[in-house]
Amino acid sequence: MTDTLPDSLTTQSPMGRPLRRKEDARLLHGQTNWTDNIQLPGMLHMAILRSPMAHAHITHLDVTPALSEPHVVAAFSAKELGDLNGAVPCVWPVTDEMQAPAFPALAIDKVRHVGDCVAVVLATDRNAAFDALEAIEIDYEALPAVIDLEAALEPGATLVHDAADSPGTNECYTYHLPGTGIPYDEAKAKADVVVKRRFINQRLIPAFMEPRAVVASPMGVSNEMTVWSATQIPHILRVLLALVTGLPENSLRIIAPDVGGGFGGKLQIYREEILAVQIARHLGRPVKWTETRSENMVATHHGRGQVQDIEIAATKDGKLLGMKVNLLADMGAYLQIITPGTPLLGMFMYPGIYKMDAYDFNCVGVFTNKTPTDAYRGAGRPESTFAIERIMDELAAELNMDPMELRKKNWINHEDFPYATIAGLVYDTGNYEAATAKAIDMFDYAGLRAEQERRRASGDPVQLGIGISTFTEMCGLAPSRTLGALKYVAGGWEHCTIRMLPTGKVELITGTSPHGQGHETAWSQIAADILGIDVDDIEVVHSDTGRAPYGMDTYGSRSLAVGGQAIKKAAERLIEKARVIAAHQLECSIDDLEYAGGAFRVKGDAEKAQPLAAVAFEAFSAHNLPDGVEPTLQAESTVDPQDFSYPHGTHLAAVEVDTETGKTTLRTYVCVDDVGVQVNPMIVEGQVHGGLAQGIAQAMYEGVEYDEDGNLLTASLADYLVPSAADLPSFTTSTTETPSTTNPLGTKGVGEAGAIASTPAIINAIVDALRPMGVNDVEMPASPQRVWRTIQEAKAATA
Amino acid sequence: MSHIPISVTVDGTTYDSEVEPRTLLVHWLREDIGRVGTVVGCDTSSCGACTVLLDGQSVKSCSVLAVQADGQSITTIQGLAEGEDNWHPVQTAFKECHGLQCGYCTPGMVLATVDLLGENPTPTEAEIREGLEGNLCRCTGYHNIVKSVQYASDLMSGGAR
Ligand code: FES
Ligand code: FES
Repeated sequence: MTDTLPDSLTTQSPMGRPLRRKEDARLLHGQTNWTDNIQLPGMLHMAILRSPMAHAHITHLDVTPALSEPHVVAAFSAKELGDLNGAVPCVWPVTDEMQAPAFPALAIDKVRHVGDCVAVVLATDRNAAFDALEAIEIDYEALPAVIDLEAALEPGATLVHDAADSPGTNECYTYHLPGTGIPYDEAKAKADVVVKRRFINQRLIPAFMEPRAVVASPMGVSNEMTVWSATQIPHILRVLLALVTGLPENSLRIIAPDVGGGFGGKLQIYREEILAVQIARHLGRPVKWTETRSENMVATHHGRGQVQDIEIAATKDGKLLGMKVNLLADMGAYLQIITPGTPLLGMFMYPGIYKMDAYDFNCVGVFTNKTPTDAYRGAGRPESTFAIERIMDELAAELNMDPMELRKKNWINHEDFPYATIAGLVYDTGNYEAATAKAIDMFDYAGLRAEQERRRASGDPVQLGIGISTFTEMCGLAPSRTLGALKYVAGGWEHCTIRMLPTGKVELITGTSPHGQGHETAWSQIAADILGIDVDDIEVVHSDTGRAPYGMDTYGSRSLAVGGQAIKKAAERLIEKARVIAAHQLECSIDDLEYAGGAFRVKGDAEKAQPLAAVAFEAFSAHNLPDGVEPTLQAESTVDPQDFSYPHGTHLAAVEVDTETGKTTLRTYVCVDDVGVQVNPMIVEGQVHGGLAQGIAQAMYEGVEYDEDGNLLTASLADYLVPSAADLPSFTTSTTETPSTTNPLGTKGVGEAGAIASTPAIINAIVDALRPMGVNDVEMPASPQRVWRTIQEAKAATA
Repeated sequence: MSHIPISVTVDGTTYDSEVEPRTLLVHWLREDIGRVGTVVGCDTSSCGACTVLLDGQSVKSCSVLAVQADGQSITTIQGLAEGEDNWHPVQTAFKECHGLQCGYCTPGMVLATVDLLGENPTPTEAEIREGLEGNLCRCTGYHNIVKSVQYASDLMSGGAR
């Protein structure tokens, strides 16, 4: 306990400063706690036999030969597992009529994608478990694989799900969102120009670097089942594991220790997690499973996977009138946690930052014999942003306008906020003019356009292209009532408890669950600012339902925008409780006290003061508390956000395309993001960089490929091109700061911005470079081969 | 399967062990002797997460058999500067330049950087990017990793860059 008073005059607020991260000492010294590190007495290793077929009947399956292999303790198929074979849940039935087929953890009679789980072996040694898979007897009878989305919907198509009660179609659902304005056809009737495009937003693999891992131990404290999992969502996982397994929720403890990236890929309840828990429970021994990267590629959910038909109508001087969007969204073989809802997260964002009179959105979810899809960084919003930002460039070309001018003509001006969009949202704040002006300046837009002209005129084989993306996104998921209206079964609130211990140290217990975002540092900054104490005196407790029981976890750029509000409120409540105790100690009224720099002071009497740490000790000893005040100094808050937040930004890319080889070089990338108030600008910048790399990768490098039999062709990191340092440039990033008004910290969220904004900027740039050759689209990823082919086709068409 | 005796010095401690011939060095480190700071990210030698220094040279410990390390000396991220209060300049630089987020690629990145700077104490940006090509990071977009390497180079060469 300290009696020295902090000097409020020299205490600098930690908010908005690029503090180096608390997390880094342990991460940089290898003192990490990855799930795969865990070894427990009696622990068994689980290995999984996966289907090599995309679609097949299992005609024979016998796991018993595996039992006589060395070190093997047990082996299960669906038959042996019986009632323990839990069903993987989907928590977002987007329509009442949605087709929601059963998704057993271990396949029953039929497999539906390469990587489907068929059987498991448990052994005391990891290699032995893998070896024993070979002994399992299995025969398949192949069925035609459903791969193409349009073919899947044709009458007579092979059915991915054909149970007696299934509706006899590969359609999962149809979702229609009419805009708030006039009917689209009415707007279109007034148009001078209508541009229509089909964009393929290809499937991607999240490819977080730490493979999934789970350890389930039935030997926790008393009757507890402890589950360590490399997950983004320990709290949601706890509820769902209880529902799926029937284990009482209050006997389940979920811990997400150090987690090596997620990007939505660990926003899931996976069949392997269910199997580990059920088998650990059945055998009474801890069970561990860590995926190989090869398993990761086929069995961790994929992202994107949409065919986007988009049509935009405008006047000849470039005023937007309306937009119509028709999506086909690839669900894959089964519905996972939010598979059907993921494309719908984008449905409000197709209008982007623009004003228009009409909007119509339609989405059809389609089952295929591929790995299930679900959230991947941006989840629905990268797809919508890609479509609108791409078609704005196509419209500009059609109108012979500069694409930036077209945007300026149609965007929401800063004085128009709050602005009710045609998709039914209310954007609280924004300043597209400011971010764009700054970006144009940093990029030297005029200079690059002049260079482009020169190269075009001289017929340079290496052409310069400029790509624009003026994006906004919907963050801070989510107001619980909105989620309810969208038929999502849970809420979107967030929780924080702050406790000052008798020694003056603080525990900040958050329901968010970081996996690289630096919450331990940033959350400390928010609380330290309000409590007036040192950032290093705060320990952020997270990702363990035993220590941090309430929370909604980390995804959708929500942790700061929603969780930050709970931190602020809890810290303020803690001060309010301390104020009552301090007034009692100092024998004054609470109104006579001011709080600054970690201490209460009696106004006008600087000598009479009480540091917060001293109040904490009083609250602990409880020898002299005012009547009616309970011992201990802690406060909590659970905040349901009043609305979403809307980060935005202007991203500009300059690419050089070698028209003879098709090779694209990203020369300059400039972005100015407005993420509202920044708690730690260093972390903000890092989030933008990482997002940019993933968005650029979608444009240039990454794409899931299946053959017609449903074999995954990009099944390893040697075939699926996650970019290396040599594939990317340095970025020029900056920010503007327009505080959000939907939360008291004025923050918006930054986790997904880079990934959402950059993909269309790159493709717009490549198309811009090649437009004089007749090119008006390039499919992603824009590999040299594909760009070269596109040029040849354009040449042939114009010849 | 018959086991083969090996003797390997890891972060200054010599371990005498018996391994299956097929055991990968990274699995021996993690599972047999509990040096879990070194991690596995793939099964095709593509990601570099498992990088360690083998007699001073960076190698992917998933593409080396434990028996091949017999008689040699290994430095992992845990031994580069023992204890969280001791910092190798490369570790300092990664912290200062925010060259890590989730930290999963970090052990490999740091050791690959130590090797890179050993061979080329003042690399250009292009040389850094080429030099780290075998190490994937999904979080940082590499921008701050490049800055970290440049800063480490400054620290190690006394600002000679
Ligand atoms: S684990 Fe990926 S290269 Fe070694
Ligand atoms: S910091 Fe997460 S993979 Fe590099």
